[in-house]
Amino acid sequence: MSEPLVQIKNLKKYFTVETDLLGRPTSVLKAVDDVTFDIYNGETFGLVGESGCGKTTIGKMLVNLYRPTSGTIIFNGQDLTALNDTKRREYCRDIQLIFQDPYASLNPRMTIGDIIAEPIRINKLLPSNKVEARVNYLLNCVGLANHHRNRYPHEFSGGQRQRVGIARALAVQPKLIVCDEPVSALDVSIQAQVLNLLSDLKDEFGLTYLFIAHGLNVVKHISDRVGVMYLGKLMEIATKDELYENPLNPYTQALFSAIPTTDVTRKKERIILKGDVPSPIDPGKGCRFFSRCFKAFEGCGETFPELKDVGGGHRVACRLYDGI
Amino acid sequence: MIGLGFDKFLSRFVKHKAAVLCLFFVLAVIAGGIFAPWLAPNDPNKIELKLKLLGPGGQFPLGTDHLGRCILSRLLYGTRISLGSAFLVMSFSLTIGTAVGIFSAYRGGRIDNLLMRLCDIFLSFPSLVLVLVIIGVLGSGMVNVIIGMILVQWLWYVRIIRSLVLSIKERTFVSAAKVAGTSDMKIIFRHILPNVLPQLIVLSTLDLGSLILHFSGYSFLGFGVQPPTPEWGAMIEEGRRFIRSAPELMFYPGMLITLIVISFNLIGDALRDVLDESVT
Repeated sequence: MSEPLVQIKNLKKYFTVETDLLGRPTSVLKAVDDVTFDIYNGETFGLVGESGCGKTTIGKMLVNLYRPTSGTIIFNGQDLTALNDTKRREYCRDIQLIFQDPYASLNPRMTIGDIIAEPIRINKLLPSNKVEARVNYLLNCVGLANHHRNRYPHEFSGGQRQRVGIARALAVQPKLIVCDEPVSALDVSIQAQVLNLLSDLKDEFGLTYLFIAHGLNVVKHISDRVGVMYLGKLMEIATKDELYENPLNPYTQALFSAIPTTDVTRKKERIILKGDVPSPIDPGKGCRFFSRCFKAFEGCGETFPELKDVGGGHRVACRLYDGI
Repeated sequence: MIGLGFDKFLSRFVKHKAAVLCLFFVLAVIAGGIFAPWLAPNDPNKIELKLKLLGPGGQFPLGTDHLGRCILSRLLYGTRISLGSAFLVMSFSLTIGTAVGIFSAYRGGRIDNLLMRLCDIFLSFPSLVLVLVIIGVLGSGMVNVIIGMILVQWLWYVRIIRSLVLSIKERTFVSAAKVAGTSDMKIIFRHILPNVLPQLIVLSTLDLGSLILHFSGYSFLGFGVQPPTPEWGAMIEEGRRFIRSAPELMFYPGMLITLIVISFNLIGDALRDVLDESVT
């Protein structure tokens, strides 16, 4: 953990929901609203939050599937948002994505070998006579055999398909891999296998992960640092141990109190939130969690608090800690 | 390209026995058309009034029509025009329709909107009427009927292909290809086209039957093939006047059209089963 590999600064992504007759936006969905954080070289950064909080949108902006509305993404010292399309495509090759649904992320009409070889061929990373050996090597890395090369995706199980997806992401020798809920579509027994595989590959290839998930146990298992998102805003960032031991933001507290535990002697107090998640369309200018917060006080609905360092790299966005 | 090897495709297709039979029938008819100059016992256009309306046998295996022309020879030569024109219309309209449909769906936005509204306008007329308008402008004749049919037919394919592509381009393997740095052209040819191709094969096989029927229909109405050129629809029209005295004049070409259309439908159904199976 030395240099930040990725620096995300004031990143915003707004989607236009409705336009008037002249095409001017009248209703805007703020999927990611002013998010700032760093990912350090060699770490696994976990990003948690409930569905629709914008964590996948951040991942898609990193791999150039979405263009940010504003803000900067500095990757390896290069501002990706300042590049033109061709250049950005080139730089973004070092950032790869592992998809959530292993059933939709593989082309059903291509063999496994072709799927893994495609990124190598497209980017002309190897002479064509060496591609096959490389594909075999990648297959072995993710725990598949050489003879799987000539099969089609429908002949594989979900876990195996996800391994193929991982091999494809590794094919271009990326520096950063965005794992977009890579295990949430898998059986629990397979989840552990894939997570261990990801950990092993990280050491072997010297990777950095941005691990997006909503399973808190999964994130705890694999992450070094964790960020918590709610409705497009980053609520809290800390190292894994610090965050799970000492969550400061009321939203984080409520979220973590919902982790099921197998320890019957430990009576945990569950914080039950009232109401629904408010719409990300026009959420108001105050704290996003204000309407459901059990510790809200006067003034919370007026301005969104900045992320504040409370010591040891633990940063939290909540007015409760304004005095510290 | 389509997700299964040829041997696997074949072993699945032969399970559909009726379709295999139909395929052989279609191939036999096509061969008959191609080798008509060698197979036909007589000149299809040679008028011999002394020999009119003969029964089957001897020099004329299926007999002669009202002008004494050999029916079998006319059927064989007619295959060239009836099937040939259907294949021609199909290949042109499918190529144009696929290109425009993929472009429209993949680009999206205003161009897509504009193209679809244009399609809406044309598709709001029945295709028969539209073709008749085009023939009215261009004049009747075989080439003009074919042009008219292509101009109408491709609009249908744009619609169908666009909807197929729209569902495929949202699948995550297309995103995966983008993330890997694949260019748009390669995404279209490697990821999108192979996934619409099976449906296109099925669609075009099923539509061939109806195109043959349509083309014969225009000939029957007198717009397409002009006499004395042999063509199945035109032969039915010529035989119409003798329906009481010599119904076989209508029966032979009519039967041939019916069988060919049924055959293409059954083959199309079988192909759908075989190709759908490959990815599930």
